[in-house]
Amino acid sequence: MTIDHPAAVKLKERFGHLHLKVASFRGQTQIEVPGENLTQVVTFLRDDSTLGYDMLCDVTCVDYLNYPGWDKARFGMVYTFNSVAAGQPRLILRVFLGEAQLAIDSLVPLYAGAEWMEREVFDMFGVRFRGHPDLRRILTWDGFKSHPLRKDYPVTGLGERENYPVLDRDSA
Amino acid sequence: MPYTMEKGVSLLVDNPLTTPQLSAESNLWTLNFGPQHPATHTVIRLVLELDGERVVRCVPIIGYLHSGFEKNAEVLDYNQYMTIVNRMDYLEPIANEMAWVRAVETLFGVDPTPRCKVYRTILGELGRIQSHLLCVGAAALDLGAFTAFLFGFNERERIYDIVEYVSGSRFHTSWSRVGGAMKDVDDKIFVPMVKKFIDDTLPKAIDDIEKLLNRLRIFIDRTQGIGSISTAEALSWSLSGPVARASGVMRDVRKDDPYFCFENNWDGQGAAAVDFKVPLMQTGDVLARYLVRLEEMKQSIAIIRQLIDRIPGGPMNVSPEGKDVLPPKSQVYGSIEGLIQHFEMVMTNRGFTPPAGEVYGCCETANGELGYYVVSDGGKVPWRARTRPPSFIHLSVLPKMIEGHTVSDVVAVLGSLNIIAAELDR
Repeated sequence: MTIDHPAAVKLKERFGHLHLKVASFRGQTQIEVPGENLTQVVTFLRDDSTLGYDMLCDVTCVDYLNYPGWDKARFGMVYTFNSVAAGQPRLILRVFLGEAQLAIDSLVPLYAGAEWMEREVFDMFGVRFRGHPDLRRILTWDGFKSHPLRKDYPVTGLGERENYPVLDRDSA
Repeated sequence: MPYTMEKGVSLLVDNPLTTPQLSAESNLWTLNFGPQHPATHTVIRLVLELDGERVVRCVPIIGYLHSGFEKNAEVLDYNQYMTIVNRMDYLEPIANEMAWVRAVETLFGVDPTPRCKVYRTILGELGRIQSHLLCVGAAALDLGAFTAFLFGFNERERIYDIVEYVSGSRFHTSWSRVGGAMKDVDDKIFVPMVKKFIDDTLPKAIDDIEKLLNRLRIFIDRTQGIGSISTAEALSWSLSGPVARASGVMRDVRKDDPYFCFENNWDGQGAAAVDFKVPLMQTGDVLARYLVRLEEMKQSIAIIRQLIDRIPGGPMNVSPEGKDVLPPKSQVYGSIEGLIQHFEMVMTNRGFTPPAGEVYGCCETANGELGYYVVSDGGKVPWRARTRPPSFIHLSVLPKMIEGHTVSDVVAVLGSLNIIAAELDR
């Protein structure tokens, strides 16, 4: 447990009531944020002059279904932030979401670049982003029903490829 | 039946959220650009809404090349996935490996040997040159200047020769391994090859391209002020690499989060990080991105020059006598212990395992920050291996860049972003 990451120190001061959990592995700091406070925390990270996390580097999700010894909610969102102007070390925010409430605030109002990354997470994991301007599938096709990066989706697929209707000239 | 916007972006059935609406103006018409079009280079489809020649709105539709790379990562072990990583940004396969091994070695807690770091740095820079040569050449090709493309491609051929010598494969190298490399390289052959390339042929080719394009009136007119993006917008859209630096975002992973020989004390004996400058421009248009890429190639030459004469000896792999990495092929074929160790590593019920944990590792590749978020449950294969693909993130800003420009500018902007569909769709 380290809290010498500048963002962790500041967040603990500012959001002490949320009891944010800070974890560190291989020198990289991850901070667990409750889903309902995400926008608030990220706005603070972005607008604080010494932290200045002005670049949303990556948005992704991990499905922890049957992960050995897992005691948190099934889906873990991963938000990676870079601080370009202020030069702070990289910061990763985690939000854990259960299957029942698989929705979270979109970061598009704060970072325009979140748009496609969140669409990909929606496509691959089925996480809904509240306030996203255009939440459609992006990598798979429109009629696709599954969320392929979930752990209960088999690597070989569910036969979508084999059973896809073949169009000929007459029916097209 | 005429192609309509509704058909192009039809919605997922169970998605209650917004849908792009056709504009109210009746004189707009819709043009389907791609998925198969010479100027998209690969399979990308853009649905353009046009007012005469002007683009009013653009909706990119991607995914034609989606092949489940990230799902495959969950069944392949850390070395096997190297072959797939190669196939993401196929303009610089060798540089993709560097980002993957950096992420995985961070996870394993392995520090590569100085010799390995030097080789990786040199090959990573060769990868950058390889990608920039094609991007600069193809950007000109799309605007009608064919010769620059050939100048660039000639030099790419020489890089193929070098990586063929290093890895045995001209294109998809799969040379790196966790903790080292597939095989050691003979300096006596590698060094003269690289020296000839960076001292003789490449500077001449860059010079030729510059002479052809930098003052060419047609090229300047077609690129200046086209697809501009401001510094604040570039940051907000998460752009990285040459695209961001052409807009004045001072960020380079090699400087901000250094790795390999970009880090001070990389050899454990106080060696200084390689010295290079990060080119920066403020205009953020197609021309700026072209100029930044040209300058980056020159900086890459400077980086290679600093390292090529001081490749340290010693082992390429971490602890070649230990059980962490694959043994050298001479031992595998020449001794029973080597053979046993080899099979211990590659068989499905044996092999090496990282600790459970999650890391993000990235490298500055030619297109920008290529990162991998690797989750391990302590097993032989990653639990999840997310790619942060620069092409994907750069394409998301394309509609904004080409708004208000003409159809012919779409091609110029697309070329300057260097979109690689295999990485875009994974």
